[in-house]
Amino acid sequence: MGYIIIFISAIFVNNVVLAQFLGICPFLGVSKKVSTAIGMTGAVTFVMILATIVTYIVQTSILTPLNIEFMQTITFILIIAALVQMVEIILKKISPPLYQALGVFLPLITTNCVVLGVAILVIQKSYTLLSSVVYTGATALGFGLALIIFAGIREHLDLIKIPKGMKGAPIALVTAGLLAMAFMGFSGIV
Amino acid sequence: MSKSSIFTNGIFKENPIFVQLLGMCPTLGVTSSAINGIGMGLATTFVLLMSNIVIALVSNFIPDKIRIPGFIVIIAGFVTIVDMSMAAYLPSLHASLGLYIPLIVVNCIVLGRAEAFASKNSVGVSALDGLGMGLGFTLALTILGTVRELLGSGKIFNLPIYNEEYKLLIFVLAPGAFIALGYLIAIVNKLKKAS
Repeated sequence: MGYIIIFISAIFVNNVVLAQFLGICPFLGVSKKVSTAIGMTGAVTFVMILATIVTYIVQTSILTPLNIEFMQTITFILIIAALVQMVEIILKKISPPLYQALGVFLPLITTNCVVLGVAILVIQKSYTLLSSVVYTGATALGFGLALIIFAGIREHLDLIKIPKGMKGAPIALVTAGLLAMAFMGFSGIV
Repeated sequence: MSKSSIFTNGIFKENPIFVQLLGMCPTLGVTSSAINGIGMGLATTFVLLMSNIVIALVSNFIPDKIRIPGFIVIIAGFVTIVDMSMAAYLPSLHASLGLYIPLIVVNCIVLGRAEAFASKNSVGVSALDGLGMGLGFTLALTILGTVRELLGSGKIFNLPIYNEEYKLLIFVLAPGAFIALGYLIAIVNKLKKAS
């Protein structure tokens, strides 16, 4: 039961983009077409789950026993950067089609704050390893949901008449605001 | 480019938030009040200034292939310094900024300036560039924080401006952050065209 609550609340109630403001850069930058939004979601989900597992193990088996928790930021960002590189190299070797689909998004993920943010959050919330994985997976899906809905709306925005001054970033941000308002409707379900 | 124009470049012409649209997560996440905006802005300015200086000093010694991880380690070091000193001296601000302090590491502005400016320029101009960009970021965060605090809770820097009954609560919540920033960018675009 606990896992279901973590899952639902991470996707809808505390949506990572629209309620916690993590990963806004890819949300605004990559979300012009639905197909690229789906590719980005795939890459982020994969890297995030992998990164959370590794950082969780490093935190509980190295940083906490040695009492060097202050090294958390440096260690985690290095792990994430190395993981992203590794995933890129491995994918290129074993699955060229998947690499073609996700390749362009991988370098962007290192500086995506969702990955580092969630890795730190699960430590702060003192989850177990399994809850951390559930939470991370659900957060990644929530990120994907927001990204794909937003991309769908933006494809339509191109076709509508918009006041000149509002074109581009301003209208995208106001749209995101309205989307966030819609997601506020989920608050209270868990 | 003259020294003064390198400095003012980051504040006005290439403002990281209003013009380059970089570093959006802390911008939207912490600006529910003006004081949070200033705190976050100054923390980022410190990291930008110091990492620009150090990277300008050492970039000739870092092999090209591992330069990005190298830069990230330098930046993460300064972020840890900010994180720990804030927790020690400004605990209440540290608590309200929370997760966004360690996330300065992945703020695109910091790595962006390291890669695009500090790694190619001398120490002096890199420091000016870091300071200018940081102050531009602080300015934008303070403006956004002030607007949201004024509309959302009827106060500026905790000073009551009008009766709280008329406040628009939505502006301190998540949707208001997006909407307020959207309109501010539209206003800045208009001002830039006029000048």
